Amino acid sequence: MVSASIKRFVRIAACVAWLVPLAAVANEGPRLQTAPINSHDLASLQNGAKLFVNYCLNCHTAGYMRYNRLRDLGLTEVQIKDNLIFTGVKVGELMQSAMDRKDAKAWFGVAPPDLTVTARSRSSSAGSGADWIYTYLRSFYRDPSRPTGWNNLVFANVGMPHVLWQLDGQAQLHEEVFESEHAATAALIATKGVAQLEEARETKDGKTTERFVLKTLTPGAGTLSPVDYEKAVTDLVNYMSYMAEPARLERRQVGFYVLMLLGVLFILVFALKKSYWKDVH
Amino acid sequence: MSDQEVDQGKRGFLMVATGVVGGVAAVATAVPFAGSMFPSERAKAAGAPVEVDISKLAPGEMQIVEYRGKPVWIISRTKEMLEGIKKSDSKVSDPNSEVLQQPDYAKNEYRSIKPDIVVLEGVCTHLGCSPQYKSVDAKADMGQDWNGGFFCPCHGSKFDFAGRVFAGSPAPKNLEVPKYKFVGDAKIIIGDDTKGA
Amino acid sequence: MAALEKQPVTITCAGPLNGALSGLLTWVDARFPLIKLWEEQWGKYVAPKNFNFWYYFGSLSAFVLVLQIATGIFLTMNYKPDATQAFASVEYIMRDVWGGWIIRYMHSTGASAFFICVYLHMFRGLLYGSYRKPRELLWVFGMLIYLCLMGEAFFGYLLPWGQMSYWGAQVIVNLFGAVPFIGPDLSEWIRGDYVISDATLNRFFAFHVIAIPLVLLGLVAAHLTALHEVGSNNPDGVEIKKQPKDPQTGLPLDGIYSHPYYSIKDALGVVVFLIVFSVIMFFLPEMGGYFLEYNNFIPADPLKTPPHIAPVWYFTPYYSILRAIPPLFNSQFPGVLAMGAATMILFLLPWLDRSPVKSIRYKGPLFKGAVAAFVVVFLVLGYLGTEPTNVWGQFGAWLGNADRATVVARVCTAIYFLFFILMPWYSKIDQCKPEPARLTW
Repeated sequence: MVSASIKRFVRIAACVAWLVPLAAVANEGPRLQTAPINSHDLASLQNGAKLFVNYCLNCHTAGYMRYNRLRDLGLTEVQIKDNLIFTGVKVGELMQSAMDRKDAKAWFGVAPPDLTVTARSRSSSAGSGADWIYTYLRSFYRDPSRPTGWNNLVFANVGMPHVLWQLDGQAQLHEEVFESEHAATAALIATKGVAQLEEARETKDGKTTERFVLKTLTPGAGTLSPVDYEKAVTDLVNYMSYMAEPARLERRQVGFYVLMLLGVLFILVFALKKSYWKDVH
Repeated sequence: MSDQEVDQGKRGFLMVATGVVGGVAAVATAVPFAGSMFPSERAKAAGAPVEVDISKLAPGEMQIVEYRGKPVWIISRTKEMLEGIKKSDSKVSDPNSEVLQQPDYAKNEYRSIKPDIVVLEGVCTHLGCSPQYKSVDAKADMGQDWNGGFFCPCHGSKFDFAGRVFAGSPAPKNLEVPKYKFVGDAKIIIGDDTKGA
Repeated sequence: MAALEKQPVTITCAGPLNGALSGLLTWVDARFPLIKLWEEQWGKYVAPKNFNFWYYFGSLSAFVLVLQIATGIFLTMNYKPDATQAFASVEYIMRDVWGGWIIRYMHSTGASAFFICVYLHMFRGLLYGSYRKPRELLWVFGMLIYLCLMGEAFFGYLLPWGQMSYWGAQVIVNLFGAVPFIGPDLSEWIRGDYVISDATLNRFFAFHVIAIPLVLLGLVAAHLTALHEVGSNNPDGVEIKKQPKDPQTGLPLDGIYSHPYYSIKDALGVVVFLIVFSVIMFFLPEMGGYFLEYNNFIPADPLKTPPHIAPVWYFTPYYSILRAIPPLFNSQFPGVLAMGAATMILFLLPWLDRSPVKSIRYKGPLFKGAVAAFVVVFLVLGYLGTEPTNVWGQFGAWLGNADRATVVARVCTAIYFLFFILMPWYSKIDQCKPEPARLTW
């Protein structure tokens, strides 16, 4: 029996709830594609780990992740040591980078950030952190005006070069200008691949005109086909999503058993309560 | 049975059942708390077996490494040092290593897997100081009948080159021999004596 | 007068252990007022029989307090209160300490759960007039607990040393800089440094781990003592102590012993709470970034301000009020004052409510409308505090291109304060219904 006060409370809350979607009107940042990761796919995770240590740990660190935790992915310590450790450290050590942080700062302007929990920190209302990294790694394009020669649709003027360029090829930027936001948004929705919409305001002779630029990429030719590159990025993102919270799988399993136990306890305590409260009128 | 009796019976059963399930829930909740106090992955990594390269260890020399916070000595023993051990048989408290201070493979006359290399924990079994290396030639400060070994400066305990404690020392037991194994001739792993790589 | 001989304690529910347990408890009771304490504080404490949904949250708040202390102790075993190690130590707990992730998520979920329970508990007080005479001091103790809780949460949030931890603390401590004359020195004294730094982290750790928990425990004891002195209110706002006594039991007609009735009912409340808590803790610990903010997974960087700083959700209504007040006389201080006043005005509730009846069930449409409006503006202010001020776009030039959210926040702030300021008036002239003599469900 739901008390009258709860009903009143819910009615009031419902009156306010409609305000929340208004937030969607505000600018959310880059459009993100959903990363098609399967956190139960050990083969994908292992491949992702391999890509990570080969391509990312040269400059980045994953300083909260221990190599021997990779046993979670179905690997033995010997396999980890032989295939995934290039810095000569013991298998119980943390994933440090080959590059010195001071050097990195001098060469790139900023020390490459630690990547252990990036798949959590990059989450937003636009998508999960994994979605962000997935879209990011597929949004690099050639830009001769940048010191690294690369730019990125998701992270404008990023200091990181396209480390996976040999696999991906050298994409080129394609811009299409629209006068109306409506047409531009329609074109954005129609675009299947990575794309960003940018607003450009031009003030000439006191008159401000708004232009909408749809940025897309013309893919280049890499050693991997576009399908294979997309799979490689998926694996890498899958691994990074796992690395951000290795306890995630266990958390859900334990949670299931906890809820089962609490369910049984609930039935018993509820029956006990009913039994005692029969006396009260 | 009256309604009242049925109720009491039902209540009793429910109380017991709730108590049992509640107890299980309480224990289940205590598990992660108590479990969190066991050595963490960091502690286990820091306490992991240590690989030592002994290819440069010359006869008579001692190499010191750290294992689980304690100094471990690896000494290459010369023939003279080995003979000195034999001569000390009568002067040590526990010549046959009866007290459990070493693994099975070190319960022999030289307290080691191979006679020419000995691995000892450099911690005096009296109160924990680190004894000093005193070679066979240190007869000036150790006495004319000194056959080589270790001297603990804290309270004067003496040990031979097999780590056996001399009678009359404050220390009660031989120096401890940690788990170790050879990998080839040039490498020792301290803390691990399992077969295979 | 000769001391009365205490009766021996008789246990009947422990089966074969009855004799031994009875003997032990009799021995203790002869030397320590164990039975008296139990009976007065809970066992024979007479409570109204019509406690409803809103009455679970007091015991749940106490339960969450115990949970936070227990998980807090075990977190402190591995956490490092040092600017160079704090962030890493939290990840260490999540990964390298066995069961560490459970303890951490319990604590982070518990912090938000604590505020949900406390807000609902306070709302119950608002609904049923639980702050009215003779319970004014009970309400004051409760408000002091609320203030300590806010402090505890604020100090605790710096500890993970993420971007939001650092910059949230920077913003709030800078608020103290707005105090006239002494502001900047005051901020420096609070920080122990020129900016939020390791010195700040260490002292916030001390406050969070021991100083405020001790004060909280003392205040909770005072809160419960004050409650037991005057007795509990109930959804009808009718004092059961004034009712005639039942000839058989000697209790007020609508009173029942807390044990076993509320022992079992509160236990049920705890189980249901744990189910909801576990769903969140095991499946949604981040809660969309509201319980664990995404930005806080980036280590604190004093040189890089995040584009959007917001306090944790339980502070956002007050943060909204702070932002709604524009700078006056070249100072942010009026905004700070308004935020402070919004919190402190709650203390005055017992003296602002002039209604002849306690419970909203018997109050008139004015009060009911006022409470409804208060709830709406509190929630709207809360939501707006989580977003940047341009979240709803701008009005046209006719309103000076003002941010829609800011205008709404200002209107809501006005309604918030008017709820309290006008209460002596509308509570008095309201058309109330007569209170019943016997309790209703």
